Amino acid sequence: MTNSQSDPIQKIKVTPLDDTPDWTFELLGQYQHEIARVADFYRLDTYTNQIEVITAEQMMDAYASVGMPIGYSHWTFGKKFIQTEQNYKRGQMGLAYEIVINSSPCISYLMEENTLTMQALVMAHACYGHNSFFKGNYLFKSWTDASSIIDYLLFAKNYIAQCEQKYGISEVEATLDACHALMSHGVDRYKRPQKISLDEELKRQSERAEYLQSQVNALWRTVPKKEQKDNEKEYIFPKEPQENILYFIEKNAPLLQPWQREIVRIVRKISQYFYPQKQTQVMNEGWACFWHYTILNHLYDEGLVTDKFMLEFLHSHTNVVTQPEYNSRYYSGINPYALGFNMFIDIRRICEYPTEEDKEYFPEIAGSNWVDTLHFAMENFKDESFISQYLSPKLIRDFKLFHIHDDSDNNYVEIGAIHNEQGYKKVRHNLANQYNLSNVEVNIQIVDANIDGDRALTLRYTPHNDIELANSKDEVLKHLHYLWHFDVKIIQKSKSGKDQVIACCAKKNKDD
Amino acid sequence: MANFIDRRLNSKNKSTVNRQRFLRRYKNQIKKSVSEAINQRGVTDIDSGENIVIPKKDLSEPAFHQGGSGIKDRVHPGNDQFTTGDRIPRPPKKQGQGAGEGDASDNGEGDDEFTFSISKEEYLNLLFEDLELPNLEKNQLDKLIEYKKVRSGFCAEGVASNIDIVKSLQGSIARRIAMTASKRKKLKVLEEALLALNNDTHDNIQQQRDLFTEIDNIKAAIAKVPFIDTFDLRFRNYAKQAVPTSKAVMFCLMDVSGSMDQATKEIAKRFYILLYLFLSRTYKNIDVVYIRHHTQAKEVDEHEFFYSQETGGTIASSALELMNEIITERYNDNQWNIYGAQASDGDNWADDSPQCKAILEQQILPKSRYFSYIEITQRAHQTLWKHYQEVEDSHSNFAMQHIKSVTDIYPVFRELFKKTH
Repeated sequence: MTNSQSDPIQKIKVTPLDDTPDWTFELLGQYQHEIARVADFYRLDTYTNQIEVITAEQMMDAYASVGMPIGYSHWTFGKKFIQTEQNYKRGQMGLAYEIVINSSPCISYLMEENTLTMQALVMAHACYGHNSFFKGNYLFKSWTDASSIIDYLLFAKNYIAQCEQKYGISEVEATLDACHALMSHGVDRYKRPQKISLDEELKRQSERAEYLQSQVNALWRTVPKKEQKDNEKEYIFPKEPQENILYFIEKNAPLLQPWQREIVRIVRKISQYFYPQKQTQVMNEGWACFWHYTILNHLYDEGLVTDKFMLEFLHSHTNVVTQPEYNSRYYSGINPYALGFNMFIDIRRICEYPTEEDKEYFPEIAGSNWVDTLHFAMENFKDESFISQYLSPKLIRDFKLFHIHDDSDNNYVEIGAIHNEQGYKKVRHNLANQYNLSNVEVNIQIVDANIDGDRALTLRYTPHNDIELANSKDEVLKHLHYLWHFDVKIIQKSKSGKDQVIACCAKKNKDD
Repeated sequence: MANFIDRRLNSKNKSTVNRQRFLRRYKNQIKKSVSEAINQRGVTDIDSGENIVIPKKDLSEPAFHQGGSGIKDRVHPGNDQFTTGDRIPRPPKKQGQGAGEGDASDNGEGDDEFTFSISKEEYLNLLFEDLELPNLEKNQLDKLIEYKKVRSGFCAEGVASNIDIVKSLQGSIARRIAMTASKRKKLKVLEEALLALNNDTHDNIQQQRDLFTEIDNIKAAIAKVPFIDTFDLRFRNYAKQAVPTSKAVMFCLMDVSGSMDQATKEIAKRFYILLYLFLSRTYKNIDVVYIRHHTQAKEVDEHEFFYSQETGGTIASSALELMNEIITERYNDNQWNIYGAQASDGDNWADDSPQCKAILEQQILPKSRYFSYIEITQRAHQTLWKHYQEVEDSHSNFAMQHIKSVTDIYPVFRELFKKTH
């Protein structure tokens, strides 16, 4: 893969940048300067970069907190850390070269152990690739507020630490466990979330607490209780099924303490912050890989980096974007780096050197300006729509993609489509669906809270393609029960069309 | 557009809190693992860390996810043999089926175990948790204070060997500058005047001569200021700092008569090692005195204590007597925390047991922080046990336990030293 682009590059005699393996801050600055210049040339719009150099140990710390620069304390992070440390020390895994955080300024961690070439690669990849993606992609624009996330995480950490002091570590831990179990159901999939800022958050939190306090009126306790009316018209709450379980809990759980509601809220907010990243893995990595590749090749064409530099860079780059085949022992699904990178490269090819086939499949982009087209693709899609829009027949052939249809009623699997004329669209459709979170994540919604009766909470599971809910559901229900305090159950429409309880967690008598 | 920040020197162990949380949450499992380990591993490596094994299913973080049934459509790369419509027997699970399911593995078949290491410190903390040394008072701190010399600045007086040359010469320079400043100012004025006279076209011989004399006088006065004076001398100052210490001595008493076999000694050895580890967490300096006895007692070194073979009858009081002698001779009970641990199979010459009781009650127990007796035997108790039971009833710093096999040691140890409040 050589860079035979047609952009005008001035062939002025230049002295190449130093290519010693050991980096210094001065050299990093020089590389950063050149990379920034090229990124600007390609119109990459980024947040200000904050590049932090860290050690391997610190990298493991960062791993453990799942990429949050400031995390609250919880045992699961400790477990993750122990696992990472163990694997790293036994040599079972290497550490990532970088971690980048969707914040403004955009924080990237470079590992101390990297060579100068690697640092340049990482800067192009993270500080200009990922960074511009965070700033440009519509999901990130509408779902996350990069400028306030660090403040919010700090607020969350302090708040949870305060709660631990006030209410004890065990209580807080149990609440967090329960929230974590429902974390992927703490996202508004269809509503645009409000932006959060620290000041506002603090203000609102104290307002909420004050309001609750103001509702406490001892007089109410003296009012004689009305006899229950059984014959009143049954009405259902919530009126519409609720997909955001954590939000529902935060607002409606009857016996939750105010601080617990706040913790539910924190977990929900963090889940929401990470939601766009889950939806744009292929695009995000592909975009970053495409730009480190393009930017560094641009520097090479200008004569700013040496052959030695390029060889080391290409070695690492190739490792990252390798796609093992299905029967390889290294195969573990489709490599998002490989798919994303090749798709962006392919889009550029379609723009610059379209074939007849491309003109048929992509009439609107074949022959267009590639920088415009790429920016448009980055800004307006997520993985699912990106693949169904841009995966070309050529790439399907290159990857030799094939589709397997697996119906658990049969004792065989069937090849649904392969990389041929008849199969392109089907392969593309299925690959896109594979990245559709609404297919991959379970569809489970709160349908009834029975607030006039025993307050039993009912959730409905709607299977996708007849896929059953996995056994972990009972454990999760226990957590949900912890938050709701009354009976919870999951129902599912059986094949005969009747609702069937598939899991429930009833109140133990001791709790009373 | 970019700022570089060097974070390498920041604190490393950001995850320590989380690690502690993890240990805290799984304390019961970890403790189980620890107490299994102490029964199994050899005596000598007791001072190292430990691998902890926890079943993975206990660690799962459950979440809703899709199960195995239903229709799944997947796309894979690298087709080398298939065409549309091929039917292939379903490959056994785990064979790369399902790219999107990678995250679910944590909750899937969780048969395997989660193994990780804890450090020696963590290991010992878990091992000795809830245990407390009996009568643990900082014994006579006022008498046990040791003094350490520490540097504390400089002073103007001291012995010659403590002179600090740099400081002294700094003082010398300062003094000389201060004492000659006015003279040098005058000198400068005179020299300028002399220069002016020299440049004058007229002859001013008399004035020049006067100036010369005056300059010479001032120069001589400057030269008279001494290079170094006693006033300049600075001495390194030392202060005494009180360092409280608490020293302990541990007496290991063991019956090595013919009836004690090697296995019994091994059990006793483990007990001693636990005791030693336990003490070493409280006291910095611990002396260990090994006393073995059959009909006669002898102070020996560690190796001989455990591994040398002896035969003969048993008179336990001989060991107690020797212990008492050693205490009087070397370990003043005003300065040492004294601990005793006696191990035996219970055999003793019947007439000797009352004497043991007497020595203990009158001599040893008043001086000791704690004295423990373990009897390692499968048989019924004999006279020594009975007499010691009387001692136990009347003295709070005496404890006794019965050990049958190796696995009993740790529980018994906990029992002996459990927190009492």
